[in-house]
Amino acid sequence: MKPAAFDYVVAESIDAAVAALAAAGGEAKLIAGGQSLVPMLNFRLLRPSVLVDINRIPDLAFIEESVDAITLGALARHHQVETSPLIAEHLPVLAAAMTHVAHLAIRNRGTIGGSLSHGDPAAELPMLAVLLDAVLDIASPTGRRRVAARDFFLGALTVDLASDEMVTRIVFPKLPPATGWGFAEVARRSGDFALAAVATTLTVSDGAITHARIAMTGVDETPKRAEAEALLVGRALTPDLVDAATAAVRASVNPPTDLHASSDYRRHLVGVLAGRALADAWRRAQEPA
Amino acid sequence: MSSARVVRVTVNGVVHERTVEPRLLLSDFLRHTLGLTGTHVGCEHGVCGACTVLLDGDSVRACLMFAVQADGATIETVEGLGTVGRVNALQEAFHAHHALQCGFCTPGMLITATDLIKKYPLASDDDIREGLSGNLCRCTGYEHIVRAIRAVVGKGRAP
Repeated sequence: MKPAAFDYVVAESIDAAVAALAAAGGEAKLIAGGQSLVPMLNFRLLRPSVLVDINRIPDLAFIEESVDAITLGALARHHQVETSPLIAEHLPVLAAAMTHVAHLAIRNRGTIGGSLSHGDPAAELPMLAVLLDAVLDIASPTGRRRVAARDFFLGALTVDLASDEMVTRIVFPKLPPATGWGFAEVARRSGDFALAAVATTLTVSDGAITHARIAMTGVDETPKRAEAEALLVGRALTPDLVDAATAAVRASVNPPTDLHASSDYRRHLVGVLAGRALADAWRRAQEPA
Repeated sequence: MSSARVVRVTVNGVVHERTVEPRLLLSDFLRHTLGLTGTHVGCEHGVCGACTVLLDGDSVRACLMFAVQADGATIETVEGLGTVGRVNALQEAFHAHHALQCGFCTPGMLITATDLIKKYPLASDDDIREGLSGNLCRCTGYEHIVRAIRAVVGKGRAP
């Protein structure tokens, strides 16, 4: 058999899941969709002694609307987010990003909580959480805490999650009125991890940007917001401003070189993608809601 | 360590109950434990798509889940789509359009296409290609597979 042997625990509740994690003393892993975890088990890159399956926890796959936010349960699947009318209405940039995540069979199974907890540096969802100022609710045997997505991703495949903690839900504030969005990605093949990707939102009032957000992935160990956001506020998105923002984005990153792309290429690419995503956000912000 | 568990699944309409180790992949359970070798195993890490099956109606990689996780589920494999004497519309289209050569990727292609047709309009060939991008074929160059799926979508009927 491919993976090393493990004990299998089905958790029926969040409390049972984190209790099982704590009981294993750091030797356990949670399995939700398993679309990143099982390959690592099959390669024996990971050999947990216990696998805690949270798929059967009831009522954890929800997508709920409140006055100013959309809250996703940790077990919401990518395809569910891709096709949710609530997401389409209030967070269309998130729905658009989902179609870039791997392939249908992966999206049918992969979960939102799992993708965020895995923290792949080239994945779309962590970038969207950082872009949209999402907040994660985290449970442990001793209590609950909240952490902003911006503080959650610490390094490649490293997140602010102790061995007995579990992400339970993710709160995404709705896009404000008069806000346009953009999403641009280049991958070697459809469904591959991004060589680089950029997502933006621009809130526009009286022909000027009042709030700008730019998030990037694939160019560092974690998804990042771009300092170029500050350049945009108070101005209209002219070609000159796009050029200035593009240059600022490029200057702010020091991407890795790997088998798939050089650092220089990724730096060039992230600028191109930022320009496209900003132009799309500007155009959408002008369209009637 | 690793005590065996009982799994009860319905595969292609037949209920099976077996006792398995937790680390047994669903793909190996289908092939080795149940003898349903129509589901093929290529990369065993979710890249090639050959092992794709329908789990409660949704396409999933059988190599990316454990048999114990499927307890209580309804699974459909390529053996459930049709028989040699009575192929379904999608299989007929694959035959008519020469959409396979060696046949290794075909079970995954058929199951993936079944789910794609159910969930997406597939208005253009680009949409079909995008949908098939998670299934690797090393013989046909995909062209004939796209044509076969186009033929089924164009007729506007379920496969």
